[in-house]
Amino acid sequence: MRHSYLLPDISRAGRIGCTLPELDVPPSEPPPEELMREELGLPEVSEVDLVRYFTALSKLNYGVDTGFYPLGSCTMKYNPKWHEDVARLPGFTELHPHQPEESVQGALELMYRLQEYLTEITGMNATSLVPVAGAHGEVAGLLMVKAYHQARGDKGRKRILLTDSSHGTNPASVAMCGLETGVVASDAKGDLDLNSLDSMMKEEVAALTLTMPSTLGLFDPKIAEIAELVHKRGGLLGGDGANLNALLGRAKFGELGFDYVQLNLHKTFSTPHGGGGPGSGPVCAREELVGFLPAPLVAKSNGKYRLVSPPSSIGKIASFYGNFGVMVKAYAYVRSLGPEELKQISGDAVLNANYLKEKLKPHYFLPYDRTCMHEVVFSGKKQKAKGVGTVDIAKRLLDYGLHPPTVYFPLIVSEALMTEPTETESKETLDRYIAAMEEIARDAVENPEILHNAPQNTPVRRMDEAKAFRQLDLRWEIRDEKQ
Amino acid sequence: MNPKEYKYTKDHEWLCPEGGNKGKMGLANYAQTQLGDIVFLDLPAPGTQVEQFKKMGEVESVKAVSDLFSPASGKVVEINQSAVDEPKLVNEDPYGDGWLVKLELSDPSELDALMGIDEYNKYEAEASAEGAD
Amino acid sequence: MKPRHLPKAQTSRKMTDTMPLPYLPNTEADRAAMLREIGVDSVDELFTDIPQSFRNGRFDLPAPLSELELKRELGQLADLNANLNDYACFLGAGSYRHFIPSTVGHIIGRSEFYTAYTPYQAEVSQGTLQSVYEFQSLICQLTGMEVSNAGMYDGSTSAAEAALMACAITNRSKVAVLSTVNPAYREVLDTYCRGKNLRLVTLELDSSDLPNDCACLIVQQPNYFGYFEGMETHVQKAHDAGALVIAIVDPISLGMFRPPGDYGVDIAVAEGQPLGVPMSFGGPYLGIFACRKEYVRRMPGRIVGKTVDVDGNAGYVMTLVTREQYIRRERATSNICTSESLMALAAAVYLAALGKRGLRHVAELCYHKAHYAARAIGKLKGYSLVFPQPFFKEFAVRCPLPPSEINHALFKKKIIGGLDISDLGENTMLFCVTEMNTRQDIDRLVKTLGAL
Repeated sequence: MRHSYLLPDISRAGRIGCTLPELDVPPSEPPPEELMREELGLPEVSEVDLVRYFTALSKLNYGVDTGFYPLGSCTMKYNPKWHEDVARLPGFTELHPHQPEESVQGALELMYRLQEYLTEITGMNATSLVPVAGAHGEVAGLLMVKAYHQARGDKGRKRILLTDSSHGTNPASVAMCGLETGVVASDAKGDLDLNSLDSMMKEEVAALTLTMPSTLGLFDPKIAEIAELVHKRGGLLGGDGANLNALLGRAKFGELGFDYVQLNLHKTFSTPHGGGGPGSGPVCAREELVGFLPAPLVAKSNGKYRLVSPPSSIGKIASFYGNFGVMVKAYAYVRSLGPEELKQISGDAVLNANYLKEKLKPHYFLPYDRTCMHEVVFSGKKQKAKGVGTVDIAKRLLDYGLHPPTVYFPLIVSEALMTEPTETESKETLDRYIAAMEEIARDAVENPEILHNAPQNTPVRRMDEAKAFRQLDLRWEIRDEKQ
Repeated sequence: MNPKEYKYTKDHEWLCPEGGNKGKMGLANYAQTQLGDIVFLDLPAPGTQVEQFKKMGEVESVKAVSDLFSPASGKVVEINQSAVDEPKLVNEDPYGDGWLVKLELSDPSELDALMGIDEYNKYEAEASAEGAD
Repeated sequence: MKPRHLPKAQTSRKMTDTMPLPYLPNTEADRAAMLREIGVDSVDELFTDIPQSFRNGRFDLPAPLSELELKRELGQLADLNANLNDYACFLGAGSYRHFIPSTVGHIIGRSEFYTAYTPYQAEVSQGTLQSVYEFQSLICQLTGMEVSNAGMYDGSTSAAEAALMACAITNRSKVAVLSTVNPAYREVLDTYCRGKNLRLVTLELDSSDLPNDCACLIVQQPNYFGYFEGMETHVQKAHDAGALVIAIVDPISLGMFRPPGDYGVDIAVAEGQPLGVPMSFGGPYLGIFACRKEYVRRMPGRIVGKTVDVDGNAGYVMTLVTREQYIRRERATSNICTSESLMALAAAVYLAALGKRGLRHVAELCYHKAHYAARAIGKLKGYSLVFPQPFFKEFAVRCPLPPSEINHALFKKKIIGGLDISDLGENTMLFCVTEMNTRQDIDRLVKTLGAL
């Protein structure tokens, strides 16, 4: 399965990978010489070689269509095939974003409806579909918080509180917004420590942001008290909706006391992750923040759909209106679901996670032994004591043809194995995973070498990451002899 | 193992007094083991004033970034360019060729706040036990 | 703004109440067995951490539809749009209609690529990782820059991230942008700069000096109005003030025109959409981000590097990850997590399919067709080209009538005219012509304009 050649290796002068039309107008004066480029070092590859090259590369990948992919907080659920078909309709792809509004009423109507559905599912008052990724939505939410306080003349609020189990994008987004972070501790049960919050929730705090359920896969039963405390001190409660899958049809962010929440259509709403994008990260807001949403929103008046800017919008955060192609797929998904289906999804997601938790608890340390939501976080510390790290467990799973869970995150669990099965996996699949994890736990004691040397059955084996860092090789280079 | 004439911080940096008011510092063996393959050093430029136990730079391994704290106050007089060019020296020889910074100490009495070899060995053993817990 | 009237959607009569979703494989028997293992009686019991008062709220959604019905509904929504396969379109200004060979769609349509996540497990992600390495290489070759990252959200956010990076490198907090840069990009820059408490100043093209407290000068080549600016002057001016130069470029133009690496810019960014990504009403797109090698550790976003595995076989990994949010958290170079990976794959396949000859040919088609159109429009009574400078595929035209009226008339003839930029100049329209516009399209446009 070695695949060590690159595009320059299949490039030969004179080849090309497609046909192009000849010029059908009289040529004009060429541009001034000083503007022209002299060389263009792009490869020259035939169409068949090109297709074979990338097809061979695709076979080195593992996707949801390959097998079980229980990456925690990533919600790697199945991506329905027909969504891809409808997203590729020319009536959606062949639309220029500057076309007159009357010529894109179908696209605007789809966006409008999706805004409404997401608003309803989260229990908020309005939704902006503009953010193109979860982290982009986080920035939007934080800028809204900042604008909200500024508009009230409350200028001293410069700090955002987050939890010690929060994802790295959370503090990084805070920094992008020129704010500082304060970290609230978790208590022994994995919930937010109310005393810690009480002491930190001072007047310079603009908001507390919470992932709900948390990255530990836990729903904090004290959510009402938390929201009340934050609001009483003049702060806002922001939601990271990365784990919304657990709450679908069960509870609404707006009713839980959140002032805004940012979603991930590529997680909860089944749009594919694309190997690391494109995603879509809509932000939904309660009344007091609606006017600050990123522009534009789709509004409806007299039966016509229009793009509008909210009155006190934080402004534009992307070139156009968000990842429309992703919205089409999310719309297709949402329209397949009614209230009952939403509940079934969260029900099966949570059931699957709790089943894994019970079955694997005898073999792996469970730091928070209570009912979990859509994901369960184990610690590999029993195995670590025998000299086997979580990394070895993860790599060994690859030999079973299974994708490992998220590892070494959240940071407050040592040797973490954060496992999110999602609702689209069958009991048989879970049982296969459980059997593999049991065998690995046994091997960690009896046969640790097999774990240290894993994986054996993958296209490449463990990579020398230190070499990649120390001897940066980030590109190939070819020279163009003559244009 | 840990050289007995060195002084140590709780953050696992060492300082080796070098006569007069000079001193050389680096990462203790425990720290380099915990970090794993070190790939990048961000050290203060010569001439920089540093303060005891305050951040003076960063050490990066493949998957972690650690702050580097100065074991004593003073001025940076030299940095180990070989280690900057080839950070794995810190993994291979943390107490020798993998030294990081030479300092001109402003207050040698500060060294009393550092651990001696016996105290540090004990401290290191406790840290290792906790890590394995 | 709370919707009380959900849009009228078709309602579906379910045959039975138990028709399951095809994406939920658990049967009732499976559920019962799993609940037994867990030791609870019902799935609802697993949700008791949610306080009772918040549980099981009302969800007001239309009745769900089947695949067949939804394909029909989405087809109808799609048909309400004027899709540009049926129109002659002369819009550009940040989104461009270019030919996409079928190979692109087929390759990015392979689900091994599109159903994968960020390549955290390198051993089973070599397809994504090696493709990114190809993408980075191709972008460097195209732009003449030394290093490229794996991709950003879009051109405008690439520009904004470049500004933040320049501020971090120079330790300055003022960002300068030329007024000839795409206004949408300037708006995004404004949002990002306000967020980060930086000052954004807009300079006229002919302004003499750059204030020496600026971190960077942001320029666009060719600029928003389509014409080429004197980049050497910009670069000189910025470097004299100790500022970096950030150039926003059109990747298709680089098939023919000098790349930013050639004229000494420090960071080059671009909208990657023209490289094999459909217009899709504005997204998903692709931000291109390339810079000098000395700044590689300050770059935002993902970077892939080549290395070897334990057996010495070549392979690829994410590298310099200590810059990224999941390691460095609030001190990361950016909060970005995605790299628009699938769009970067499309761009890599596109550039490889066209290759050196193809890309140059496409650029030449754009250039000559745009000039043919500009010449003809410029000869019409009442119409004139606004700028005399050399241009690539876009040009601004002063019209005898308000552009909104013109576009209205054109639309009736199945022509979508240029962008109305009357806010930047009286009765001005920004036209874009690419290889997608046939001579017949252009002649029809000119004839219709002439007859107004």
